[in-house]
Amino acid sequence: MAESLAVEPIVETRSLTRHFPVRRGVWGRPTAHVRAVEDVSLQILPGETLGVVGESGCGKTTLGRLILRLLDATSGEVYFRGRNLGELEARQMRNVRRRMQIVFQDPYSSLNPRMRVGTLIGEGLKVHGMARGRQVADRVEELLAMVGLSASAAERFPHEFSGGQRQRIGIARALAVKPEFVVADEPVSALDVSVQAQIVNLLQDIQQDLGLTYLFIAHDLSVVRHIADRVAVMYLGRVVELATRDQLYGAPSHPYTRALLSAVPVPNPDVRRQRVVLTGDVPSPSRVPSGCPFHPRCPEAIDACRREVPELADPGDGRRVACLLRVSSPEDGDSGGGFAPAPSQTHQES
Amino acid sequence: MSAADAARASIMEVRDLRTSFHTAVGEGRAVDGVSFHLDRGETLGLVGESGCGKSVTALSILRLVAPPGRIEGGKVVLSGRDLLGLTEKDMRRVRGDEVAMVFQEPMSSLNPVLTCGRQIEEAVQLHQGGSRQGARSRAVEMMDLVGMPAPEQRVDEFPHQLSGGMRQRVMIAIALSCNPQVLIADEPTTALDVTIQAQILELLARLQEELHMAILLITHDLGVVAEVADRVAVMYAGQIVETATTKALFADPRHPYTRGLLRSIPHLDGEQRRLEVIPGRVPEATEFPPGCRFHPRCLLAEEACAAAPQSLEECLIGHQVRCRRWDVDG
Repeated sequence: MAESLAVEPIVETRSLTRHFPVRRGVWGRPTAHVRAVEDVSLQILPGETLGVVGESGCGKTTLGRLILRLLDATSGEVYFRGRNLGELEARQMRNVRRRMQIVFQDPYSSLNPRMRVGTLIGEGLKVHGMARGRQVADRVEELLAMVGLSASAAERFPHEFSGGQRQRIGIARALAVKPEFVVADEPVSALDVSVQAQIVNLLQDIQQDLGLTYLFIAHDLSVVRHIADRVAVMYLGRVVELATRDQLYGAPSHPYTRALLSAVPVPNPDVRRQRVVLTGDVPSPSRVPSGCPFHPRCPEAIDACRREVPELADPGDGRRVACLLRVSSPEDGDSGGGFAPAPSQTHQES
Repeated sequence: MSAADAARASIMEVRDLRTSFHTAVGEGRAVDGVSFHLDRGETLGLVGESGCGKSVTALSILRLVAPPGRIEGGKVVLSGRDLLGLTEKDMRRVRGDEVAMVFQEPMSSLNPVLTCGRQIEEAVQLHQGGSRQGARSRAVEMMDLVGMPAPEQRVDEFPHQLSGGMRQRVMIAIALSCNPQVLIADEPTTALDVTIQAQILELLARLQEELHMAILLITHDLGVVAEVADRVAVMYAGQIVETATTKALFADPRHPYTRGLLRSIPHLDGEQRRLEVIPGRVPEATEFPPGCRFHPRCLLAEEACAAAPQSLEECLIGHQVRCRRWDVDG
């Protein structure tokens, strides 16, 4: 967690946007655009875990891929350690790729079924020239031990492992090249609850030991609360709230965040919460509503919400919220920066 | 409650149900001696992790288990008849009419080339006969009942034109079109986003109230169970390991597996602490350990636990547990 504002972010996005064209027919011209990610500006600080939550189609996975440049942005920039990734030469980009890794959601489809686990984990080491021959095998053994698998796993194939064990292999593979920043895209959502806890703990231990920074993408709000220092809530491609974990879960501000949190079933039959049940479905990201994208489902929407796109701005407590009703003057301070300072810094209300 | 009382209130009774899968690697006893009853108007939550046998239990009740799976024994008593003893023809009449089922994935369980309305009409005509016209108005009525906006138009839409939440509403409309006494809902909200899940759970609760049906809710989500179930049965490795009222189960879980599950889930409130884990993983159906099936993963296990199978026994009134050491805390 950041102690002061002086810390330089490890990753920063500025107005990051990605639209996918929708074509009709084989050679058809684009008839519409899916606005997967729209104007996302945020900073990820060294050593922290930034959680990204939202429902299917909100753009959270696309955001992760844009940051890693597995996808190119339509507009906007990604900075890694202060360098604009869009301006790097291929050779420099290769070096950066080693330092940013990803753990995928589905441990069944993300591991090549024809490769032995040892080869899978050691592949990156060879590609990046980090180890040769016997060194590779030693490092693989070390990585397997780190993720709680026995050394004999190296000789086996992915199908011989359970879902949880495969996710351990995926984590070992990501860690092999000693990254500084890891995007974990729904790393536990395909796993059973008892196994999920094992993987969450493993990710936390590794972060502590290696000083990693995580972008943790998930739809499960309870898991994100457990692992994240700060949380970004996405809706239809936009970040609608960005706050510290305690702010977000203690007192959610954006009407969408409130509805989302109140919708989570609580494993305690004695708790009966006030539930905000949203009407309707999430609109398709190819037909994003005008104004605030949440206004058609928002229980608090006013007339202005239909016309104005709210800026992500500070409502006065250091977090960022994109809601006309929460932030009276959008020109408050450096709005749109998308970065909530550490809670120790009390923010001056203007 | 005496056995006679239980029989009076209960609408369905499953006794010693056993279903096996015969594969090259041996017999997998996916459901191994499952017994429970379902009372009129109540919701029983059947909880467990993947591979525990909860879905096979549901399919066995409706006799929809496909080879290499086979129902090996037991009884499913509904209104005084054993469903497992019915002819296939009689059984077909039971499915949909008396016992209906809603599946997890609405897209793959709806027919993609028929309109939503037609699929409801089909069910109505099959079970209740009557005219096409009558069936159609019933379809519109059902779509309205499940909260579908503009039902007169939506009956003519195809499943792919609807969102996941709307498709699940159509599934529920089909399932309820013949007023079943029992609804089996197998992970009905697992594929849905939380805000849509909240809508569907609310819908099921409202419909249960209006139609007085019993619901067997199968889920892996302890949060969902806590919110909607009256009673809970926890399954592990093909057996029920604990069953109690929802209140009692969450307040005072007695089986080490139930406790482990409850401790391993992160919460939305309360203090942050390291998640507790259940070591190891769920065994495959072909390799269940001898004795108590949970003993290799159990922190309370002692030698005797591995020696002989443990039966499900009443530890408190209305609270049954399959553990020799249920009275040990920890």
